[in-house]
Amino acid sequence: MHAAQIKTLDAESDTMPIDITDRRIIAATQAGLPLVARPYHALAEQLGIEPQEVMQRMNRMCESGVIRRIGVVPNHYALGYKGNGMSVWNVPDERVSELGKKIGDLDFVSHCYHRPRHLPDWPYNVFAMVHGRDRAEVEQKVRQIADLLGDANQGHAVLYSTKILKKTGLRISA
Amino acid sequence: MDAVDRAIINHLQGGFSVAERPFAEAAMTLGLSEDDLISRIGNLLEQGTLTRFGPMYHAERMGGALTLAAMKIPPAEFDHVAEIVNSFPEVAHNYARDHAFSMWFVLATETPEEIGRVIARIEHKTGHVVHNMPKMEEFFVGLRFEA
Repeated sequence: MHAAQIKTLDAESDTMPIDITDRRIIAATQAGLPLVARPYHALAEQLGIEPQEVMQRMNRMCESGVIRRIGVVPNHYALGYKGNGMSVWNVPDERVSELGKKIGDLDFVSHCYHRPRHLPDWPYNVFAMVHGRDRAEVEQKVRQIADLLGDANQGHAVLYSTKILKKTGLRISA
Repeated sequence: MDAVDRAIINHLQGGFSVAERPFAEAAMTLGLSEDDLISRIGNLLEQGTLTRFGPMYHAERMGGALTLAAMKIPPAEFDHVAEIVNSFPEVAHNYARDHAFSMWFVLATETPEEIGRVIARIEHKTGHVVHNMPKMEEFFVGLRFEA
């Protein structure tokens, strides 16, 4: 499942035009789907659209990647993942794609990106979110990444969040 | 949370279908009834074990833009700067982290052009540099937490 979800910048740049009806569907579902036997029918009724059209549009948004996936989103703190570290790595630019994919394939990494360095203070070009039951587990997993990178690891750090200052999520208006 | 709840969390982080009776379909693979699945998801949301149930949207594919930005804020100014940064509706998440780069936030705008404008306004209002760290390549994004 992991390899299939690797996406590259090329795929990113393909934006798919969404129209005003799609936006209404997005706005109505960004907080979640109705918990009823026919959720898309309930949505259709709420929006005054035919159920078939709602489902067609949602299928199209799944195919084009506007919808990444549909399902449950666990609260990782509630599941006991209290250690959440943002690990950042300085790897040679010419190897960043190859090494980023290897890190992203590790099952304890939930997000992995190539991001720009900000020299001289910020030499890191790969970001990988590492989750564990506690900080010790995160540190141990970070060591696994370091081992995987070997000589390509030219420096790394782990930043832990100390406070959530704001968390509103993304808001789309219809 | 019992074994059935764990199975729901482990198997339903994606793949929920777009169909007339999607809960019935998902329930069948989990060996549950449709009603049981619906009420369990409701309970898990209520308990806070799940933060959401539904489609996860991809902001950039909708024509919007996202970026991660970081600021080096001295402790004495931290709360004041956090207040200014949080006052921008384009700031979706903001975290304090234990590093000289101490403030990390996600900016979400309807168009890519707005990102630069919002950053300039934050720099102007706070008097601090905003380090823009947009993703250049995405290697993996997914939640696969085991319950």
